[in-house]
Amino acid sequence: MNNLSKQNYTMRKLLLFAVFTLSASVAFAGGYRVALQGQKALAMGHAGVAVINSSESVFFNPAGLVFLEDKLSITAGVTGVFSNISYQNTVTGDYAESDSPMGTPLYFYASYKANDWLSVGLGVYTPYGSEVKYEKGWVGSHLVNSIKLQAIYIQPTISVKLSDMVSIGGGPIYATGSVNFDRSLNRTLTDLEGNRSTVEVDAKGVNNWGWVASAMFNFTENLHLGATYRSEIILDTDDGDATFSNIPKSPLTPFEDSSIKAGLPMPAELAIGLSYDFDKLTVAFDYNRAFWSAYESLDIEFENPNIPDSFNARNYKNSSVYRFGVQYDVSSMFTLRAGYYFDETPVRDGYFAPETPRNDSNNFTAGLTVNISDNLQIDAAFLYSHFKEVNASYDYYFEDGVAVPFKGTYKTNAFVPGLGLTYKL
Amino acid sequence: MKNILKYTFAVLAIGFVGCEPEFDKSVTDAGFYSSGTANFAKFVAVGNSLTAGYNDGALYITSQEASYPNLMAEVFEFAGGGEFMQPLMNDNTGGMMFNGTQILENRLVLGVDDQGNPGPIRLEGTPTTDATNKLSGTFQNMGVPGAKSYHLVAPGYGNPVGVPVGQANPYFARFASSETASVIGDAAAQAPTFFALWIGNNDILGYATSGGSGVDQTGNLDVTSYGPNDITDPNVFASVYSQQVEALKGAGAKGVLLNIPEVTSIPYFTTVPTNAIPLDAGTAAMLNAQFEGYNTQVLPGLVGAGIITPEEAALRMINFQAGQNYPIMVDEDITDVTQILMGPPFQLPPETAALLGKLRQVKSDDLIVLTASSVLGTTPDPSNPMGIMGLTIPLPNHLVLSTTEQDRIRNATMAYNAVIQGLAVNHNLAFVDAKSALAQVADGGVSYDGGVLTSQFVTGGAFSLDGVHPTPRGYAYVTNLILNAIEDTYEAYLPKVSVGSYATITYHNN
Repeated sequence: MNNLSKQNYTMRKLLLFAVFTLSASVAFAGGYRVALQGQKALAMGHAGVAVINSSESVFFNPAGLVFLEDKLSITAGVTGVFSNISYQNTVTGDYAESDSPMGTPLYFYASYKANDWLSVGLGVYTPYGSEVKYEKGWVGSHLVNSIKLQAIYIQPTISVKLSDMVSIGGGPIYATGSVNFDRSLNRTLTDLEGNRSTVEVDAKGVNNWGWVASAMFNFTENLHLGATYRSEIILDTDDGDATFSNIPKSPLTPFEDSSIKAGLPMPAELAIGLSYDFDKLTVAFDYNRAFWSAYESLDIEFENPNIPDSFNARNYKNSSVYRFGVQYDVSSMFTLRAGYYFDETPVRDGYFAPETPRNDSNNFTAGLTVNISDNLQIDAAFLYSHFKEVNASYDYYFEDGVAVPFKGTYKTNAFVPGLGLTYKL
Repeated sequence: MKNILKYTFAVLAIGFVGCEPEFDKSVTDAGFYSSGTANFAKFVAVGNSLTAGYNDGALYITSQEASYPNLMAEVFEFAGGGEFMQPLMNDNTGGMMFNGTQILENRLVLGVDDQGNPGPIRLEGTPTTDATNKLSGTFQNMGVPGAKSYHLVAPGYGNPVGVPVGQANPYFARFASSETASVIGDAAAQAPTFFALWIGNNDILGYATSGGSGVDQTGNLDVTSYGPNDITDPNVFASVYSQQVEALKGAGAKGVLLNIPEVTSIPYFTTVPTNAIPLDAGTAAMLNAQFEGYNTQVLPGLVGAGIITPEEAALRMINFQAGQNYPIMVDEDITDVTQILMGPPFQLPPETAALLGKLRQVKSDDLIVLTASSVLGTTPDPSNPMGIMGLTIPLPNHLVLSTTEQDRIRNATMAYNAVIQGLAVNHNLAFVDAKSALAQVADGGVSYDGGVLTSQFVTGGAFSLDGVHPTPRGYAYVTNLILNAIEDTYEAYLPKVSVGSYATITYHNN
């Protein structure tokens, strides 16, 4: 009892920590999905739907929680995302490098085994986010100077064992998001001194509800099949702010600060996975389907009727991720992991914008767990994302009704080290 | 634990700095672009306002940043180009002071009046650039607004003492190397490895914008006798232009020459329609009644007396009708009959004789200058509501460029251009046919990444609010023409500027 209240206190403290310091996350997966929801899984190519080894299952497969051996499992981690974008246009000689700060997505999961057939849990994590920053006024400034987007998911969870072979799980998700977006109004508008006219859109505390449901099948003691579906959550705001800067003093440019309406979908995702335990070796394979077709257009409606609304076609397509991971128990002290995943881009040809310049990527992961004591583990993971050099363009930017494609060559990479702690009883 | 995390990330952060993804072939790599057989190490541009980056009736910092030589220098940086300095103005107001007195006007901006009509207005404010403040150092943009061909070789053209009396140029006064320096001397002294020369526009422009008020000096080789609005003799042009090419070429520099566009297709001459005056049938009949005696008696009488030809009489007929009408004007090139009309048999009073002395109606192939838009149809004398400019008061000669005057300009331009192209061929220099390029902009326009660049005033994108000089976007278009010519002549490979990324006109209400 004493122990439990102490743990509750720790949980609350960690939760507050997680909610208020989730400062930045950087997209490095397709679109603005940030697949960094647990160091153990990340080290295995972020495959974990059919893996039963920690409270990371709150995210990967809530149904699996009830099969955890531990009474209590708490795990938290932080990941450093160093993502880099290089852009060039060989026709104009334009060259740019992104100057994005390090992203630090966090996660926190707790799982408590109430009885033999029921576990309850809580997860706080950041599955969507993006932070990209270019030099202000760069050649693509009319599309984006900087963008910072994040969504925090808070998910109470239950996991119910129907039999030794089958369990189900799930829970509601409360999502809270914010977005900050800065760009030049067009390619040429400036004030008298030549300063580019810009608009900054800011929305905070945008909330909505969603849900997650999952199932786990243990065909044998060693062969597991898992499936998880996480619903779409659309973050709509009707009281964001638009701030205009360096606008010419003229009735011909009636841009004044205004409140805005905008919406951004956090797409639904289906994950199906298999895992098999050999003696000391576990292999896992996950297939993810992200329903990105929900992201048709980024539209910003200004409350001020004099300001034309901004419509930015995205037209994303549903995309898949193929994940493969292995785990090997070297000793009672160390567990080693490695993995690979292939991440398809949801971006169609002609819609490749510098705000999320993501083409297909090959991703290599590795990591380990160190058992410091019977109760405490340190989890470490490392991810390297490799994107092929790609010639691409965004063809849906218009000036006076004329399409002005933004073309160029992009090359992107990301180095993502992560550390986590797991406490279990 | 928190510290361990912090230090771990700090170490990792250091490790990942410089992990920018590298392109297989980066535009920043030496050798991606090439200067070919040219050498851009020391690039010097010589010319007039077009070379300086003048637009919206002024020179100011952001206009200079978009000058075609500056854009060229930015491109040359990819292929061995060196430092390129411009004699930047002190502000974005435009305009200039001389010892605290304003001598040049501020830039034009597009304002909106009380009725919501947009139009060019002068930006308010006091310029902070003073012609007497000497800049230090040498400058590679030697474009001097206002310079004619022969000014470039004139010693003392930048002597501040000469500025107030019109003997020297306030722009050159700011950066001339000495009181006796010439523009071309200061340019040649820098020993350029590559040069651009675009000069000769002002040798006809003053005549054109003044509606032909100056003198066509063809045949007169003495430039000291020339006025500001005169047409320079083509032989004078040929002589000073070849001197300039020789001086810039020095020991073997390569370069690019640009010819002189047809000024009559710029918005300054094409914006105000020749038949700008709307009339109803009643007013037209009333006006025709006033000119009936002139048409039916005076003109046939003058023909009968052998003073004018029947063709000139036809040209001088005045006729109004319901709808759009051509204004009346003073034409300095037709026979002055003032004295004759005062004598027998006409015996007209002096005012009437003076009015009819050189009177005719504007024809569709005449050109009315942009500044006439503010006087056409106005009543200059408020006490005389019948004194309407263009209807009962003729437009003065300086507001109309007649076909005769246009021919003089065309002849001089053709002569200059023959010299320029001939020298380009003889010296194996790159050559830009700016005349054809401008003709294309004026005739339907040229497409760029974002639309079509035309000569339409205010909205066409190519010309600034002074109706004469290009916008930054227009200069960017010129820059690409030059870069293409350099590639063709010198086997170079260079990036091109993105024309649509350069601004056109600036909106501002004072």
